[in-house]
Amino acid sequence: MTAPQTLFAKVWDAHEVRPETAETPAVLYIDLHLIHEVTSPQAFTELRERGLKVRRPDKTIATMDHSTPTTPRNALGIIPVIDAQAAAQLGQLERNCADFGIRLFALGTENQGIVHVIGPEQGLTQPGMTIVCGDSHTSTHGAFGALAFGIGTSEVGHVLATQCLLQRRPQTCAVRVAGRLGTGVTAKDIILAIIAKYGVGGGTGYVFEYMGEAIRALSIEERMTICNMSIEGGARAGMVAPDTTTFQYVSGRPHAPQGADFERAVAYWSSLPSDAGAAFDKEMTLDADELTPMITYGTNPGMGMKITEAVPDPAQLSDHNARVALDKALAYMALQPGKPLLGHKVDVAFLGSCTNSRISDLRVAADLLKGRKVAEGVRMMVVPGSQQVKKQAEAEGLDTIFRAAGAEWREAGCSSCLGMNDDRVPAGQYCISTSNRNFEGRQGPGARTFLASPLTVVATAVSGVVTDPRTLL
Amino acid sequence: MKPINTFNGKIAALPVPDIDTDRIVPARFLKVTSKDGLGEALFADWKVRADGTPDAEFPLNRPETQGATVLIAGDNFGCGSSREHAPWALQAGGFTAVLATSFANIFYSNALKNGLLPIIIDHETYEQLVSLAEEDPETQLTIDLAAQTVTLPDGRAVHFPIDGFSKVCLLNGVDQLGYLVQQDDAISAYEQRTPAPVSTLT
Repeated sequence: MTAPQTLFAKVWDAHEVRPETAETPAVLYIDLHLIHEVTSPQAFTELRERGLKVRRPDKTIATMDHSTPTTPRNALGIIPVIDAQAAAQLGQLERNCADFGIRLFALGTENQGIVHVIGPEQGLTQPGMTIVCGDSHTSTHGAFGALAFGIGTSEVGHVLATQCLLQRRPQTCAVRVAGRLGTGVTAKDIILAIIAKYGVGGGTGYVFEYMGEAIRALSIEERMTICNMSIEGGARAGMVAPDTTTFQYVSGRPHAPQGADFERAVAYWSSLPSDAGAAFDKEMTLDADELTPMITYGTNPGMGMKITEAVPDPAQLSDHNARVALDKALAYMALQPGKPLLGHKVDVAFLGSCTNSRISDLRVAADLLKGRKVAEGVRMMVVPGSQQVKKQAEAEGLDTIFRAAGAEWREAGCSSCLGMNDDRVPAGQYCISTSNRNFEGRQGPGARTFLASPLTVVATAVSGVVTDPRTLL
Repeated sequence: MKPINTFNGKIAALPVPDIDTDRIVPARFLKVTSKDGLGEALFADWKVRADGTPDAEFPLNRPETQGATVLIAGDNFGCGSSREHAPWALQAGGFTAVLATSFANIFYSNALKNGLLPIIIDHETYEQLVSLAEEDPETQLTIDLAAQTVTLPDGRAVHFPIDGFSKVCLLNGVDQLGYLVQQDDAISAYEQRTPAPVSTLT
């Protein structure tokens, strides 16, 4: 009898072209390679210089998302790219895709969007796959029970040329989330709480598998929110065992297997969950019953707390380095230790990013925003994750709710999550954001970010100050 | 890629944990299509104050750190985004090695691919190097990749870990793509023996 195996081990083992040895890393086969304009140009240059082809253009999909504007279309229905450098980068991706025969979802076309939104949307993301992209938030796709992780540009070149990566086998960490979420508490709060508890380096070297009653109860899109931020906990990837929720989500999507092929796929996917008694190298726990809405106060995602708590005091930290880091963070954020964030003024509210820009996020946000107004002095940006999400939201009238409340309804892209386009938060201003990183300067030089759930972002946008969404439900 | 073996380097310290890749290269510098010219982007928003003037407090702005090639940093260096622009910018800024108590996985892998040596050191060595950088900014270290040692001015040689395969590649100036391309037969065999639905993309 073989030893019980983890979900990770089953997916990894099925993709070993060559297992690792003491001298050489494993050669790992990649089922789906997603590329975008920012981290791919230098990889294509490498291929051209060496006279190499793209081995499997049929397993490679490109989109435009990072440096694209989210401003309205012109009279011709085109989204104009004013920034010459961004336009050149987008043009380069178009040429690369044409030259190497890769399918591209170009800016403004019907399937374009954030790379981690379109993969699942198109049914490209499936359980048991290995998925990579030159983007750290590739961990998102692990919500389907895929092994999905971010790679650098050199590795983008490796996968383009060989459909493989050289990898050392990571360790595994079981992240058990017991209990049930209360009203107003969301998947975003689960992952912010895990990172606050275990730190931004707690998962380094590990692949997380999220499990337990609270995870099972989540929709696929909520699981994506959690897996998305695995990298913020330092993890290589995050996974959730596939179940009927997963199969139903994949079923019928454009690139999903159909008919008898789908039935065969489900039979295989059903064999992937970790066996009873499978051993993990590490374990983390969280009790969803105890959870409240979370918010970050500092300059990394681990500097988070319950929204009802006070900003911690560096003077009370015994570790010198931690004290220095917190001092620096609070100076950047211009926050007083010991004071609560509730009631703190914000200038911008951002609803979007690969963490929280899917249709379910927009529905939840619109539901709370309906009949309310964005507070005076607050700019609220709503940026759907893809053109398909935008279309669906408009079909449901969600855009009308956002506009009526005074929020901006924009085109799809990464937008203010990283401020590569003009959707930046001005220096010194506070932004309550559904995105994934609150690093110094992430949303623009000098920008100050509070990370929170879509519900907390809406509650704060309408109040003009940091607000516990449970008070409005 | 140039082979790496033994080299001496002057140190500079950024004694802060969790230095993320947005700090190393802010996103607005990522609109490039080549690896070149990222020296200006390195720590761009850390070097300069909000009003646009250079921040004299920033360690790498101090006259005495000019010419430094070995960066000393705290835990979890390179966390966040997967951007390989981070090691490219560090190299453009003159650095050949980064010594930290721990590294984020993707940064570590990216650095190795470019011949920027990421060296994991223990906390005691880290504290010693941070003090040295403060007391004597001309401090030099000797890094010996073959022996996997960092030799401090007091003669103490500290061993560091590195994956054997990466080490061989760095010592010989061989990049990993060349090795992977040679696996073509094995990759083709894998593709033939692995049926749907393990590989189901349609």
